[in-house]
Amino acid sequence: MMKGSSVALALLVSYSLFISAQESKIGRLTGNANSGKVLYRRYCITCHGVHGDGAGENAPHLDPKPRDFTRAAFKCRSTPSGSLPTDSDLYNTISRGIYTTGMPSWEPLTRQQRADLVAYIKTFSNRFHEEPPVTSVPIPPEPPTSAESVQAGAALFQNMNCWSCHGKEGRGNGPSALTLTDSKGYAILPFDLTRGTHFKCGETSRDLFRGLTTGLDGTPMPSFADALKPEQIWDLVHYIRTLAEGDRGFFHRAKSERKLP
Amino acid sequence: MGCSRGWRWSRGVVAIVLLGAAVPAFGVPAFARKYNLRCSDCHEAWPKLNNFGQTFKDNGYQLMTGRDAPIYQQVSYFPIAFRSMPLWHRDSSNRVAVDVIPGNPGSGQTESRITKSGFNISGLDIWTAGTLYKNISFAVQSALDNNGNFHLLTYFVRFDNLLDSRWLNLKVGKFELDTLISENRELTLSNTGGFYRNYHFTPAGDRTSFGLGDHQLGAELLGHSRNDYTRYSISVLNSTDGQADMPTNSYDVYADFTQGFEIPKLGLQRVGMYGYVGKRSTFFQTTNGAAIPGTGMGNRSFSRAGVYGLWYVGKFDFSTFFLHGQDNVFLGNGVQADQPFNLPPGAVGPTWNGGFVEAHYTYNPQLILIGKYETVQMSRQANPSTRKDVGDLKVWTIGYRWYPIMSSRAGLAWHQEYSLARSVATAPLTGRDEVSSSFLMGFDFDF
Repeated sequence: MMKGSSVALALLVSYSLFISAQESKIGRLTGNANSGKVLYRRYCITCHGVHGDGAGENAPHLDPKPRDFTRAAFKCRSTPSGSLPTDSDLYNTISRGIYTTGMPSWEPLTRQQRADLVAYIKTFSNRFHEEPPVTSVPIPPEPPTSAESVQAGAALFQNMNCWSCHGKEGRGNGPSALTLTDSKGYAILPFDLTRGTHFKCGETSRDLFRGLTTGLDGTPMPSFADALKPEQIWDLVHYIRTLAEGDRGFFHRAKSERKLP
Repeated sequence: MGCSRGWRWSRGVVAIVLLGAAVPAFGVPAFARKYNLRCSDCHEAWPKLNNFGQTFKDNGYQLMTGRDAPIYQQVSYFPIAFRSMPLWHRDSSNRVAVDVIPGNPGSGQTESRITKSGFNISGLDIWTAGTLYKNISFAVQSALDNNGNFHLLTYFVRFDNLLDSRWLNLKVGKFELDTLISENRELTLSNTGGFYRNYHFTPAGDRTSFGLGDHQLGAELLGHSRNDYTRYSISVLNSTDGQADMPTNSYDVYADFTQGFEIPKLGLQRVGMYGYVGKRSTFFQTTNGAAIPGTGMGNRSFSRAGVYGLWYVGKFDFSTFFLHGQDNVFLGNGVQADQPFNLPPGAVGPTWNGGFVEAHYTYNPQLILIGKYETVQMSRQANPSTRKDVGDLKVWTIGYRWYPIMSSRAGLAWHQEYSLARSVATAPLTGRDEVSSSFLMGFDFDF
């Protein structure tokens, strides 16, 4: 009897995971994979491929390469390194795009369409069927930017060897830059932190904090969640903000400097 | 008098039809090549834009990925695209004025049905556009018509995201008036149904040289939200209907505003309003009786205004358009403003209303069915002695486009279309209704 109950429970859990993999939940939106498939074939297939493996007809021409959804390793997540993203993470990535890559912002699609795409993208990997959802890592409130914080961040940039990839001035030209590969063995360059206030996974300081905390799965960018305390990560964020040049980066820096004692 | 006016009107219709044959269309594989996107990313069915493509256009042909400037392109990349269409067509018109004895103008004239059919070519659109630098974009569009004549249709530079704001984009040059229902991106191509009559309509005997679909010379300020749901544009334009080297010291103004909103289960819906206020000269300085270009005088006003909507219901979408037009009494009667005594008794400025409904069924990105109904109704004739319905129009068009090839490098569409038009009391000799029809099928390709 107990054995039968366990089997039934297992089947129920499996079914609910399967159903959740066919759907997405973003706030009050429920995405539908069947609708998402139609959209995927219109908008996504040329890069990510019919099987979601990143082998679309344009993949050879893209640098970095399109994401392989079958591996379920996503750069921009709010969840710990190595874990699945939340539906909202995927939704936000589709909406925002990934700066300096071939992935544009799909915000011109309706919210429902983006939710449908999330539901369909999840069907490419069994991990979404098999693994329970993971909660987002907490982001503590940002402390005020200060000279001490920036200096501490600069020291961390040195001590944590960020410079070895991103370069001494954050230009993405560190000594290791040309040796880096992504999880599929393709060459990948570190992000040029001086480009402005856009980063791969968002524009805000919270986005930057999140990226440092969770790492960018599938790339050499690790998670610093275990190596640094939250306040240290904020220091690093404050320092990285000072590296931006041009555009709003200049104004941002000037503004930050005005706040310094 | 009636025959004379009818003849002039008939010639106007012929001019519109010819213009329709020359209406260029956009669908730019150069962008697809640059960004490695397929036609269907930016087009519901090329050349008709979807909201992603419209956003891209409004961003100054930029995806805003940080790699829009040409410095990020391979050296061999050049932003140029071509479009052409070998086709077979059959065009028929029931009341064309012909000589009673062919070749003998003195034999008098009669009306006869003229039907022409055979293989043809559409000409060649040559379209280059892109970015000169981050947030500085450009476009040059030219067309060779099927007789080899060269036309420069679009020519502008645009400064995008001024003050780091999407709401400030300045375009200077010659360009299509900003609208979400672009004639250049229309899915119908035939001589009868391949253009929007409302965009070029002028009443019988009217001298106003203007078409909403004509590319104009001037400057445009455009702004839009991040997802392009909210858009505005204001243009200041020469009063020359886009003709270069024709200064008039007079300017027209055009404005357009659109708002998009989402309806659950239906998707994005868009509504918009537009207005054009302009002036046209009614006579010129002359030398030995010949008009001197650019010396227009006796300017009189005209206006076009209306609303439109783009409605999506699953795989169906509908474009709806309404226009109200009015011209000054001198323009409407073709009389010089310094000769009011030549106005017919009771003359007034003509007014009319028009509109169309264009429906599409997008079976998938590679097959779209098209249906269009368009009408123009005169509400007031310039000359009160003219029958009220002279010049009224009705046009029906059906067709489909199938895209067997749709890659990020090129596109090929098989196009079939039939269109039927009836204009009231415009036959050149008898003043009876004119009926024209077109059937067209061909391979529309761009690369």
